[in-house]
Amino acid sequence: MTDRAYRAAPRGALRIEPLGELTAIFDRRSMQTHLVVAPLPEMLALMGDGPCDAALLAKRLETAFDLDDVEDVRARVAERLAELAAMGLVAAA
Amino acid sequence: MSAADIFVDLLAGRREAATLAPRDWDGVIGVARAEAMLATLAHRLEDAALPPPVAALFADQRAAAKVATAQALWEAEMARRALAPEGIEFVLLKGAAYAAAGLSCSVGRQIGDLDILVLALDIRRAENALLNAGWEWVRSDPYDDHYYRAHMHELPPMIHKARDRMIDVHHTILPRTHRITPDALALVSDAVAVDGGHAVLCPADMTVHCAAHMLADGDLQGGLRNLWDFHCLTRDFAAADTGFWDRLDARADLHGLRAALRRAARLARDLYGSVLPSGWNGQDSGDRWYRRRLLARDDWGRVTHPLLEQAFYIRSHWLRMPPMMLAKHLWTKWRKRK
Amino acid sequence: MKYVSRIAVGPVQFRIGSEWREPVAALDRLYAAYPRDDARPADATVRLFAARPWRRWLRPSVHIGGDFVVPDALPLPLSMGLLAAEMAMNLQVALGWRRHLLLHASAVARDGRALIMSGQSGSGKSTLAALLGEGAWRLMGDEFTLIDLAGGDALAFPRAVSLKNQAIAEVAARVDPARLGPLMTGTPKGDIRHLIPRADAIAAMHQPVRPALLLFPRFGGETAIEPMGEGEAFVRLTEASTNYVALGEAGFAALTRLVREVPAFGISYPDSAAGIALAEQLWAEATQ
Repeated sequence: MTDRAYRAAPRGALRIEPLGELTAIFDRRSMQTHLVVAPLPEMLALMGDGPCDAALLAKRLETAFDLDDVEDVRARVAERLAELAAMGLVAAA
Repeated sequence: MSAADIFVDLLAGRREAATLAPRDWDGVIGVARAEAMLATLAHRLEDAALPPPVAALFADQRAAAKVATAQALWEAEMARRALAPEGIEFVLLKGAAYAAAGLSCSVGRQIGDLDILVLALDIRRAENALLNAGWEWVRSDPYDDHYYRAHMHELPPMIHKARDRMIDVHHTILPRTHRITPDALALVSDAVAVDGGHAVLCPADMTVHCAAHMLADGDLQGGLRNLWDFHCLTRDFAAADTGFWDRLDARADLHGLRAALRRAARLARDLYGSVLPSGWNGQDSGDRWYRRRLLARDDWGRVTHPLLEQAFYIRSHWLRMPPMMLAKHLWTKWRKRK
Repeated sequence: MKYVSRIAVGPVQFRIGSEWREPVAALDRLYAAYPRDDARPADATVRLFAARPWRRWLRPSVHIGGDFVVPDALPLPLSMGLLAAEMAMNLQVALGWRRHLLLHASAVARDGRALIMSGQSGSGKSTLAALLGEGAWRLMGDEFTLIDLAGGDALAFPRAVSLKNQAIAEVAARVDPARLGPLMTGTPKGDIRHLIPRADAIAAMHQPVRPALLLFPRFGGETAIEPMGEGEAFVRLTEASTNYVALGEAGFAALTRLVREVPAFGISYPDSAAGIALAEQLWAEATQ
């Protein structure tokens, strides 16, 4: 299966507040609150403005957090991206 | 003068809010709540001189309505994200359409379920796309299901499993069993694009649908609000397009809905002071009954017509949301033991 | 409606209409010492009515309505009319109030600061608040606590305390009998008796206070204290709020601020004395 590309929410759409081990994300478009844990906030932060798929995001995560086994990271990032899309926090590009 | 009369007068601008006695407000607010129009009234009277408790209540309502409108538009956006990749075009209807198009009646207007119109040939694919994107059937009763598919103008209602909000997918604007069969293809092909990547009915169709929804499809429940929509739509569209009323007539004829349209126009004139073109200004002895039904509320918000007496049910999704369930839980938990 | 009363509890002005005299008379007695302004328009309307006209007299059963109606709510017999009125008032506030973040929580105040206790029915939050409110604390409310959206202060909603089952005897032993309502036995919630808050709690009901401590009590089991993280407190309070979703970003901001500024603990306690001791101990630590 090829990776789907997603786009992050426009700037200013999300209000992100770390609350201890959880991160509360308020989406100003949906008025919904999402409570997430790592690595979702980190993923959102690294998506940038353009289209971004799991492979690209995995590479950025690897660089930022010094991860190994990129292939495993890529698969898990693809799953998390689909979850973020279901929440509406990212959209198919 | 009844609370319902005062309420309508305030909306129409026939009466100054400052002329109300403090105790008049309970009845007006009661009627407005019962008609799901409290935030509409709060916006209409935003600059009026109000007793401080009323001003504070109205400010609360305006703020909450802003949140509710954003939530409703988000449902439209999520429907778009589910349907667009499949190449299924859809048109927003009713409250979500008014809000997406930024029409004046949408300010403070309560929006219930998301109503969308798709072409009949796309309905199966729309159903699948929505099921894949997290919506599910509200009921699983095969009889109900059959009834909807065979007789109604929409799919059985679906609800999103994470967001707990309903969507009604229509393929025309009146039930199939209705003696009038509007031209659904014309509705979709003449739809207009608005911000956010959505489409809404063209002005004349939107207005005809508003009248049909109020008078030809249902029992006038929520009638004062639908009539307010109609009043605002016709006023704004006619101001922007001098040929609007003629276009409206022609379009109503196309859909077989001229009688409903004309009645809605007369009622909007009688209750909200809509200015109609000459030729529309007749009288109809049947209108009296409609006016009475529309204004049949006492100052506790109760329906006063004996045949139509019924409790005010909150049908909207709000009741199904977690906070509502909590509120219910506060005092109905014990029922489960029954 | 035939019988009408107007009652102000905290910031909420109620208009209560009833088809029977008894529930309104009982409410008027419980709320006699509250400030009254009959000309003030109501924020919330409550109706107590018979489903059919003849049921006003024949096995009278009280249905609950008002601004909001829950379709499947069962009626109560007229002998429990006061409970019906209390439930109806709660319902209207829970579903209709938008001015503050509404928490299903009890609260008491001391030295201008608030202790807020959130929990399900049966957690003892109501009994603890009632008992603390008979001591050095001001009772703010046994059911709802309101959080100011802009400033973050807690506001009181000191309705008559709804004492249930064992709590009735425990509290009744300590208060003037004139402050107790009628005993209602065999209600769907067990035995119920209302307690009129102390005069100082009613007099101070409009005074905002700064939240200083959040407790999530659990009645039963060994005495225990568990510090609670900001995230968990946030989740629990969204679940305990009836209007969080409707308030949008203002609610999010108020709740984020509350859990960041105020220390939170889960506590377990075997009896009221132990619960009070825990609350006092954690309060002393939080406010020193």
